[in-house]
Amino acid sequence: MLRYAIKRLGSLVISLIVASLVIFACIEVIPGDPASFMLGINAQPDTVAALREELGLNASLSARYLSWVTGMMSGDFGTSYTYRTPVAEIIGERLWLSLPLALIALGLTVLVAFPVGILAATKRGSWADMSVMGATQLGIAVPNFWFAMLMVVLFAINLRWFSAGGFPGWENPAAALKALTLPAIALALPQASILARVMRSALLDTLSEDYIRTSRAKGLTRRQSLWRHALRNAMIPVLTIIGLQFSFLLAGAIIIENVFYLPGLGRLVFQAISQRDLIMVESVVFLLVFAVIMVNFAVDLAYAWVDPRLRGRA
Amino acid sequence: MTLLSIEQLNLSIGDLPILRDVSLSVGAGEVVGVIGESGSGKSLTAFSVMQLLPRGASCQGRISLLGRDVLTMTEPALCAMRGRDVGMVFQEPMTALNPVQTIGAQVAETILIHEPKTSKSEALERAKQALTRCELPADKFPLSRYPHELSGGQRQRVVIAMAIALQPKLLIADEPTTALDVTTQAEILALLARLVREDGMGLLLISHDLAVVSDMADRIVIMKDGAVVETGAADLHRTMTHPYTKALFAASGHQPVRSAEPQEIPLLQVQNATRDYTLPRRSLFGPVDTFRAVDGVSFEIKRGESLGLVGESGCGKSTLTRAILGLDPLQGGKILLDGEPVGPAVRRKMQVVFQDPYGSFNPRHKVGRLVAEPFHLLNRKATAEEVDAALISVGLTPPDKHKFIHEFSGGQRQRIAIARALIIKPDLIVLDEAVSALDVSIRAQILDLLADLSDQFGLTYLFISHDLSVVRAITDRCLVMKAGKIVEEGATETLFTAPSHPYTRTLIAAAPQLPAA
Repeated sequence: MLRYAIKRLGSLVISLIVASLVIFACIEVIPGDPASFMLGINAQPDTVAALREELGLNASLSARYLSWVTGMMSGDFGTSYTYRTPVAEIIGERLWLSLPLALIALGLTVLVAFPVGILAATKRGSWADMSVMGATQLGIAVPNFWFAMLMVVLFAINLRWFSAGGFPGWENPAAALKALTLPAIALALPQASILARVMRSALLDTLSEDYIRTSRAKGLTRRQSLWRHALRNAMIPVLTIIGLQFSFLLAGAIIIENVFYLPGLGRLVFQAISQRDLIMVESVVFLLVFAVIMVNFAVDLAYAWVDPRLRGRA
Repeated sequence: MTLLSIEQLNLSIGDLPILRDVSLSVGAGEVVGVIGESGSGKSLTAFSVMQLLPRGASCQGRISLLGRDVLTMTEPALCAMRGRDVGMVFQEPMTALNPVQTIGAQVAETILIHEPKTSKSEALERAKQALTRCELPADKFPLSRYPHELSGGQRQRVVIAMAIALQPKLLIADEPTTALDVTTQAEILALLARLVREDGMGLLLISHDLAVVSDMADRIVIMKDGAVVETGAADLHRTMTHPYTKALFAASGHQPVRSAEPQEIPLLQVQNATRDYTLPRRSLFGPVDTFRAVDGVSFEIKRGESLGLVGESGCGKSTLTRAILGLDPLQGGKILLDGEPVGPAVRRKMQVVFQDPYGSFNPRHKVGRLVAEPFHLLNRKATAEEVDAALISVGLTPPDKHKFIHEFSGGQRQRIAIARALIIKPDLIVLDEAVSALDVSIRAQILDLLADLSDQFGLTYLFISHDLSVVRAITDRCLVMKAGKIVEEGATETLFTAPSHPYTRTLIAAAPQLPAA
């Protein structure tokens, strides 16, 4: 198990290095000079040159890459071209919204998908299964921003249970959670639908395995076979999907953040791209890649926990 | 005392009748063998006793187990019965165990389910005893092992330990040794016989293999198409009256007639062939270990000869086959076909028929296209006449080329596989366990077909199998392979009647024998 973890950790470090190189290279090849963009078209050449010097744009490529990477390691992500404040500070603020939002949405996804998927699999072919399959089909098909707007109309405008948007900050945790409720539901709807379907089909696959028949021949009831033997074996595909969903929820909430006027990472990266705030884009993208790689690492460890066959594998 | 009596059992799945008026009984300490080909309903009869039937199945009739009628029992009563009164052993030990639980936990579960008051440690202690009885002592096979750390035979012992942990009155074994090597099969059958004797259990032994059942059973039940056609004592081979029983015995010992004489010219020459596999590194920068799967193997096949290659799983016969087909590179030695090294240039002189008639065809192509596939070696398309001729030569008809592969039975598919191998008129056909998945009567037909074809086209066969009786029936000369090496080589009859190597003797002794009529 330890060997497996160390190997996965090794590949994690390599992925991070490759990702940082790719991100840096992509940003470098984008045409346009951030200094002249920031100063506008009427800027004097010497002003632009001075700003380039100040932003460190005149150093060599390798020196800039190294200072970017070493800076990130010490928590210094550089200074935003547009906001003129440290990038780490801005990302930190935004992360305090996006990370809890992603976690709540993922929690909702799992809470809904597991029981629904298990129910559908155990009652295969019944009306319960069919309604679950129909509802999840709908959940995937309905665009979640539209569903978000419907919720705003119902819960914020008509019933006035929630506010229609904005985020009050974490000084008042109850208010903050309340503000994240509708966005989290909107984000979770399609994800829960996908996960429930994956859960159902993974469970149906394992329920038809020979060892389920063996367990029934030992005298286990259908339910006992399901909980003791089938569920853990069905977890591999489910864990894969959960890993993908978390990464997606962290970065892919741009539209939902816009619907609810939430200052999250998605909106930050969108604004940074349109304002050509390259250092900001670089940092946010790297942070997201970092999150994806960490989640994959966690999923890999979870695989090994679920399946002993993976532990010894090199 | 009668443990199990099945009377007039009818079973249907949906509207499809599967079993018709099946009656049989098993007494204490008695071994009853149920024999039938695929689709005869023998497994479903066994599953009816456990009431572990597929969806939509319904039973009529009477199944009396220890005096209680199984068909009227409630689900909780059935759960209490399964595992306690009746244990069951399945065909496929590789998949019958939960891969994510230790063997100790899985055996202990049988005890914990039925005796919930037992402490976990006590259940594990009893699991240890059950595994020891099944010849898996805890000092060599700790309870913390996972199924993937065990071989097929060892896994089957775990399944048996689970089934006998509570010393049930009746044990049902559904093809318990079909997936195992002959020597492992002999060990597992001996284990079952010992457990039956020690515990006074009844054993319902289900098999397609007459020889296996004849060796063990006190009584034999023959099934065909969902009905019992004949029941008899262990000497059924002498007392049988039903034509199907007679046909089954005849097919099991079938010896095709071959008249072709091999020529003295060598067609395939394997010279000192060596194949290594690299193993994963033990440490991050440690040396790379290799595993020698084929170790300095040399032999020749003459034109028109039929050569057998026998050995147990893991002996290197599949690796050698891949090397002969030019699919894997060798690390030493060479393989020549008609004097040239095997590779794309001579590939067209050689075709192969695989074991699995279900997995070795693309289900989306029609038979005509499947059969014509080898023509890519000749860089031209097959003509309609060539496809028709190939189908006719294996006993099918030209219109069959418009069908899809799922429309054919296992035996027909294997004929199509042979047609595919024949179509470009190769010199050598490699038959890799080509009849192992077939029922005995189909197997006899395919063996006859192969014998005919070799007479007709002067074909040379390399016949790779773990099944000694088949190799004996169809080959002129035979090689015995063990741990990557050829340990014995000789004319087939001599080798079987007077084996010289101890391993060959073990193999032949382990193979179940059909009783002489």
